[in-house]
Amino acid sequence: MSREDQQILKQFYNCCILRDGKILNEDLWVRDGKIVDPEKIFYDEKIKPHVRIDCNGALISPGYIDLQINGGFGIDFTHNINNVQEGINKVAKRLLEFGVTSFCPTLVTSPSETYHKILPNIKKTKGGKHGAAVLGIHLEGPFISSSKKGAHSENYIKQFEKGFKSLTDMYGSLENVCLVTLAPELPNAQSVITELCKRNIIVSLGHSVANLKEGEEAVKSGASFITHLFNAMLPFHHRDPGLVGLLTSDQVYSGKTIHYGIIADGIHTHPAALRIAHRTHPKGLVLVTDALSALGLQEGVYQLGQLKIEMRSGRAYIAGTNTLCGSTAEMSKCVRHFKEVTGCSIVEALEAATLHPATTLGIEKTKGVLNYGADADIVMLNKDLELLSTWISGECVHCNYKCNCQ
Amino acid sequence: MRLVICDTADYVAEWSAKYVLKRINDFQPNPDKYFVLGLPTGGTPLGMYKKLIEYYKARKISFKYVKTFNMDEYVDLPRDHPESYHYYMYNNFFKHIDIDPENVHILDGNAPDLVKECDDFENKISEAGGIELFIGGIGPDGHIAFNEPGSSLASRTRVKTLAQDTLEANARFFGNDISKVPNQALTVGVGTVMDAKEVMILITGSHKAFALYKAIEEGINHMWTVSAFQQHPRTIIICDEDATLELRVKTVKYFKALSATHQKLIQEDGDAILRRSIQNN
Repeated sequence: MSREDQQILKQFYNCCILRDGKILNEDLWVRDGKIVDPEKIFYDEKIKPHVRIDCNGALISPGYIDLQINGGFGIDFTHNINNVQEGINKVAKRLLEFGVTSFCPTLVTSPSETYHKILPNIKKTKGGKHGAAVLGIHLEGPFISSSKKGAHSENYIKQFEKGFKSLTDMYGSLENVCLVTLAPELPNAQSVITELCKRNIIVSLGHSVANLKEGEEAVKSGASFITHLFNAMLPFHHRDPGLVGLLTSDQVYSGKTIHYGIIADGIHTHPAALRIAHRTHPKGLVLVTDALSALGLQEGVYQLGQLKIEMRSGRAYIAGTNTLCGSTAEMSKCVRHFKEVTGCSIVEALEAATLHPATTLGIEKTKGVLNYGADADIVMLNKDLELLSTWISGECVHCNYKCNCQ
Repeated sequence: MRLVICDTADYVAEWSAKYVLKRINDFQPNPDKYFVLGLPTGGTPLGMYKKLIEYYKARKISFKYVKTFNMDEYVDLPRDHPESYHYYMYNNFFKHIDIDPENVHILDGNAPDLVKECDDFENKISEAGGIELFIGGIGPDGHIAFNEPGSSLASRTRVKTLAQDTLEANARFFGNDISKVPNQALTVGVGTVMDAKEVMILITGSHKAFALYKAIEEGINHMWTVSAFQQHPRTIIICDEDATLELRVKTVKYFKALSATHQKLIQEDGDAILRRSIQNN
C-alpha cells in the first residue's frame, strides 16, 4: 500500500453493518486499512470520502476467523514439511473465497522433527490480496489422550514426563504459536498450562478423557478454550459431565468466558448437539472448520499428517475406515448451517465466526469486530448469509459476483 | 407573521421539510451563491430532518451548496456524547446528506476561549452573507435556542448559564442525574436570529400551547423570548392542532382560513402571492 493509498478515505454505503451485537443501518468508513469514525473526520478534518462504494444493500460482517484448520486445496500443513510457506500461502489465498480473513494453521500430532522443521516457517502475517492473515499456529497434540486420538497417529502421542520441558523439547520455538490443544488429565498438565499462559499462548482442552473436575482445574490454571466440543472427548454423562460440563460450570469465575470450538459442518456435530451447546452457552461458541487438505477437492485419497484419508460422499474418513477425521466444510457454509439448525439470529451466527474467535485469542480490539480502530477485514453477505465479497484492510481481495470493488 | 396549523406533528414535519425544500430549490444555490440555513436540535425538528433526508435520497434536493449554522451547543460536554448537538446533527442529519463538512458550523462548547468562539460564530455568519432561513423550535417557557426567559431581545451569540428548570428538564437525558447536566451553553442570541432574512419556528404538542399563545397573542416580552419575532418581517410558525389549545378560537379560525394560501407556499410551482381572475358577468 503506497503512502497515497493510506490517505484514501473510503465510505461503504447502502449497507448494514454488524456492530456491538446489532445489525445497524450504517455506513462503514475505512482509511489506512482501519475502520474509522466518520463523525470525528466530519468535524475535525472536514473532508468527504475519496471513494464511495455502493454495497447494494449488502450486510457487512467482520471477516471470518478460523482457529482450527489443518489445510485445504490439497495442502496439509502437518505433512507439507518441505515447502511450508508455499502451502500456507496457497491455503491463505483460497480461504478468501470462503470469507476467511484470518486463520490459525493447525498441526496435528507429529514427531518432534516435524515441529522443529515447520514451526519456524509459519510466521504470523498480515492479510492482503495474497491471502488471509496468519494469526499464529494452533498445535493440536501430541500431548493428548490415546483413547481419544481421533485422526491423530497413536505412535506419536506423548506425555509431559518432564513437565513443560517435554513440551519445549517437542515443539522447539513457540514464537509463532498462539493456541495449544492438550489433554488436561495428563500428569503435569496443570503446570504446563500455567507456563503456556505465561507466554500468552491460549490453552485449549481436547482429545481428552478428562472428567469435569480435571477440566475445571485446567481452567483455573488458565485454559480458556475447548477443542471441537463433543468430538474426541467423553460424552456428556449426568454424574460426570466431562469437558462438556465446562459450559455450565460454576467453578469458572465470573467475567471469564470459556470458549469452545464446534464443527458445524452438518456431519461432525448433530444439529441437536449444536442446539444444546448454543442454548447453554451462546457467548462461548466458536465455529471452526477443522478442515483438512481435502477441502475444496474431489473424492479420492489424500494425506493428513501421517495418515491417509479418503474423501467419500462429501465426508473425510481415515482411509479404509469409518472414522471421521476433520471436515471439508467451508466457513461460510458452517455459519449458514449453524444459523439454520439452531434458529439463532444472524448476529449470533456471525459473531460465532468473528467476535468469539477473536475474543478467544484476545485480539477483539482489532479483529472480529467493526469498531473504530479495528482492521477493515470484512465480508459482504446477502440476506441468506451467502458470501458476496471479501475485503482485507479495506481492499477487495475476493469477489463472488460483479460488484463495485474496482 | 404566518401561522400554519397542521393536523398533526407528523404533518408539521412534512410541511416544514417541504418548505425548506422549496426555499432551497427556488434559491438555486451554486458555487457562487450558497443558501445559508440556521438549524435547531431537539425532538420537534427530528421529523423534518427525516423528511429532508427522504427528499435528498429521492434526489429532490441537494445540500452541496448549503451552509448551515446551528443555534446552540452545551459547554464542556464531549463532542461525541449522545446528548451533544454535534452528535445529534451528525447522526440525525448530516451523515445522511451530501453536505460538505466545510460548510457546517456548530458552536464548539469545548473551545478554550468561549467568548472568542461566540464572536467568531457571529463573524462567520456575516461572512456567509447572513442567514437566509433560520429554523427554530421553542421550549414550553417560550425560549428560542438557549435564550431563556429574561434574555435580552437584542442578544448576540454568547455563553449562557442555564436555568434550574432547564437543568431539571434535561436530567432525563443524563441518567436522571442533575449533576451530570451541563449547566452552561453557547447560543445564538435573539438578535442573531432576528437578523435572518426569514425565521421558521416549529411548535408541536399541548405542553407548548401556552408558549404559542404568549408568542402571538400577547405583546413582545423578554420573558417569552419567541415573542420577539412579532417584529420580524418574515416569520412563519408551523404548529400542530395541540399547540393551538391556548389560542382564541378567533385566532385559529383566522389562520385556518388562510390555509389555501399557505398550501401554495410549499407547492412546487406555487407562488407566495395567490392571484385569481375575477370574471365579469
